[in-house]
Amino acid sequence: MGAAQRINGVLRKIPSWPIYILGPIPGLWVFWLAIQDRLGADPLQVLEHSLGERALQLLVLTLLVTPVRRLTGVSFLKFRRAVGLVAFIYVVGHLLTWLVLDRQLDLAEIWKEIVLRPYITIGMVGFLAMVPLAVTSNNLSIRKMGAAAWSKLHRLAYLAAFAGAAHYLLLVKSWPTEPIVYAAVVVALLAIRAWWAARRRIARRRAA
Amino acid sequence: MRTRFKNDMGYSDVTPKSAWLNRRDLLKGAGGASIAASLAGIADGAVLEASKSIYSTDEDPNDLEDITSYNNFYEFGTGKGDPARYAGELTTKPWSVVVDGMVGRPGTYAYEDIVSGVALEERIYRLRCVEAWSMVVPWIGFELSELLKRVEPSPGAKFVAFETLVRPEEMRGQKSSFVLEWPYREGLRLDEAMNPLAILAVGLYGEEMPNQNGAPIRLVVPWKYGFKSIKSIVRITLTDFQPPTTWNMQAPGEYGFYSNVNPNVDHPRWSQASERRVGSGLFARRMETRMFNGYEEYVAELYGDMDLRANY
Repeated sequence: MGAAQRINGVLRKIPSWPIYILGPIPGLWVFWLAIQDRLGADPLQVLEHSLGERALQLLVLTLLVTPVRRLTGVSFLKFRRAVGLVAFIYVVGHLLTWLVLDRQLDLAEIWKEIVLRPYITIGMVGFLAMVPLAVTSNNLSIRKMGAAAWSKLHRLAYLAAFAGAAHYLLLVKSWPTEPIVYAAVVVALLAIRAWWAARRRIARRRAA
Repeated sequence: MRTRFKNDMGYSDVTPKSAWLNRRDLLKGAGGASIAASLAGIADGAVLEASKSIYSTDEDPNDLEDITSYNNFYEFGTGKGDPARYAGELTTKPWSVVVDGMVGRPGTYAYEDIVSGVALEERIYRLRCVEAWSMVVPWIGFELSELLKRVEPSPGAKFVAFETLVRPEEMRGQKSSFVLEWPYREGLRLDEAMNPLAILAVGLYGEEMPNQNGAPIRLVVPWKYGFKSIKSIVRITLTDFQPPTTWNMQAPGEYGFYSNVNPNVDHPRWSQASERRVGSGLFARRMETRMFNGYEEYVAELYGDMDLRANY
């Protein structure tokens, strides 16, 4: 038995449900610290930023599952749904922080920002792309839609991750390291899929 | 003619030090003492004697912890906490400032020489960052015009250019020239520089300038976005042309030479109509941003009928 199979054997025994409980805890902790005014001069910025960044990290993790399995044989597939849903929870928290605490529910101003500011527009696109994913993240949906259609729909995850990385890169001044690193990682994870898809197409054409 | 109200009392005379070190923690009680103790290092600088000024706002200043832990000073990193973490590595003594260009008395002026013989004032100013947050800072400084008069600008001089120190071995953010092009450069029109609101600050809260706030000497122009108020100045050059300025060079469409605070002209990527006053907690209301950051009565005449949308 190879190392990958042994790891997979261990992973099979680990349940995925604790992710739903443990995943949101760091976000709740930051929110708690923000309420307590223990995040320095600008708790709102720290809260907003940390929820957004955590969502992006979790989205990157979901995109890593397939390449890791193909390159090493180790499969984290059974955890992907939970991680994706927790990512969605963070995105919702991030959005609510912006709507309620940052823009303070000034709807006219919020609409103007969404329309006028490319980084907000693209952030909203990322959020909207995740809604159908969250709604269909259950076995019933897979059965009802059929695996092929469901997989196709869930390619929206690529759009969501790309939008998240672009949202971050577009909002900063100058060129700080973190948003560049996230953007590079997301682009690499999408590029590897594009390359695989191209190879599949060529192989199919040869076979035909 | 404005009057200078003489007062030799410092913050420590009227307010217990722990109160202006960190008001938020004081309110919370328990945790306050230890944080105030850890801040003592910051606030141990020499006490500066300064008189009050009619230009000070009566708004409550942010506490010392906010002012010294939430900084944009890319020479030490792009994170707000980086300057507090790394600015201690900077040596500010000895310090001198080169004054050159179109002046009658060019030369290298030692810091002590610059500060001796000027009237230090406390200027409690609003600081509005281009990122749409703001603070209130009790600076100690003197009017830039005092230094300029002393070095005798030539009749043809029209602009003042400033440069920050370049010393990558002590300013770790400068090890990468990817973030910004060093040295950090700023500039003012000469008439802007002569405006009494424009000061060279050498301290805050009655004590020497903390490194992360631009020690030992920095510009403060409160009617402009914060990045115009260049820190840790080592060169002042008078010119007859508009000098290149760092953020304008980095993104000319986003940061103009003037960069006056203006709620009606948005940054291309975000609104400038309102701001968040940092230090007032998670649930603080946004504030409307005021024209020229509320200093319209003192500076509006500098711009006459200039198109402030074109000259952002």
